Amino acid sequence: MVRVLGAVTVVALAAGLVAGLGLAPREATQGNVQRIMYLHVPSVWVAYLAFAVVFVASIAYLAKRAEAADQLAHASAEVGVLFTGLTIATGSIWGKPTWGTWWTWDARLTSVSILFVMYLGYLLLRGMIEDRERGARYAAVLGIVAAFNIPLVHFSVTWWRTLHQPPSLMKPGPGTMPPVIVATLLVNFVAFSLLYAYFVAKRVRLLRREAEATS
Amino acid sequence: MWKDLLVERRSKETLNALFFFALLLLFVFEFALGPDRERLAGALPGLLWLGFILSGLLGLGRAFVVERENDCWEALLLAPGDKSAIYVGKLAGNLLLMLVVEAMLLALFGVFFNLDIVPALPALGVVILLGTIGFAAIGTLFAAMTTQVRARELLFPVLLLPVQVPLLLATVKATEAVLLGEPLGAVAHWLKLLAAADVLYVAVGVLTFDFVLEG
Repeated sequence: MVRVLGAVTVVALAAGLVAGLGLAPREATQGNVQRIMYLHVPSVWVAYLAFAVVFVASIAYLAKRAEAADQLAHASAEVGVLFTGLTIATGSIWGKPTWGTWWTWDARLTSVSILFVMYLGYLLLRGMIEDRERGARYAAVLGIVAAFNIPLVHFSVTWWRTLHQPPSLMKPGPGTMPPVIVATLLVNFVAFSLLYAYFVAKRVRLLRREAEATS
Repeated sequence: MWKDLLVERRSKETLNALFFFALLLLFVFEFALGPDRERLAGALPGLLWLGFILSGLLGLGRAFVVERENDCWEALLLAPGDKSAIYVGKLAGNLLLMLVVEAMLLALFGVFFNLDIVPALPALGVVILLGTIGFAAIGTLFAAMTTQVRARELLFPVLLLPVQVPLLLATVKATEAVLLGEPLGAVAHWLKLLAAADVLYVAVGVLTFDFVLEG
């Protein structure tokens, strides 16, 4: 099952790469650099997806006390932090040639980096508690607090300052992007989501084995 | 009922130390920035909240350690009835403690940096109260979680600070405007954000505290 998922993921990622590097047209002003968008945007999407899963799984754990929910939250948080890091890294690489700087305290950069440290703290908390049951409970509480905090971080940071280009995909009204780019992005969205599912499935299985081995 | 008792007792042991700490913070700020009055005035709102947060971290971090040192933790766990009452009690105690420290710190700032804060005091009071409620709400919850964890002195700020970013941005911006003599209406959006954060944090704290105090 997981193996099939892995194979499908590889195919989807390859398709995304071909579409991103071959099919999609060269951007007029930014040139080939713009192609990193096909990694950057799906990474953010997966990061948010992962943290949403952490939130739901945390509530489920506190309600039902099923260890599976806790393992899902743990795995999802790890993968989410990974993809948040990937977002920041690809964003930096994209920002250097286009904005002229690796990093700037722009609204969205800041809010993503706050997410990054928030969930790093979450993983740190998990790592520091030996008692598995208590660790699961505390982490679930933190997962809920952190999720509620996401919109607050978003608004406060947006009011604080903004420089990032406005989102070009989800805004109302007719899209400004040619369909080829949208299609390429969608392929990569699917590929990255599959990759997320694959990572989480692997990690959950590993966590379950660990739990079996220590109990 | 017993929250008053707690406040009473803590006011003896923690308050003195916190007062001294606040005084030292002022010295450190002064040394770090030099005597340039212009620069100090520009950085003042940030410094003020930095002072509040640093002393808050120390004060809140101790909130549950006292219970553990005095072997009251088990009693808290065994306490009959709704655990959220304990949370509300602790929150009220922490809030009071922080407000007292903040009032002292504010007065010291006024004296040492030769500021005329009196005309802005009512508006400043509103900002400080709103900000402190949110800070204490999350701080109390996290303090309870980290009390039982190793490296708690480290983990508490690491968890708390990222979550506090929206509060910090909102309060610093609002304080800045208020100190410049602007009416509260000019920062209404920040105040709304603070109020929303307060409601959210207290609600999450009340709802999840049960799970924190389980074992």
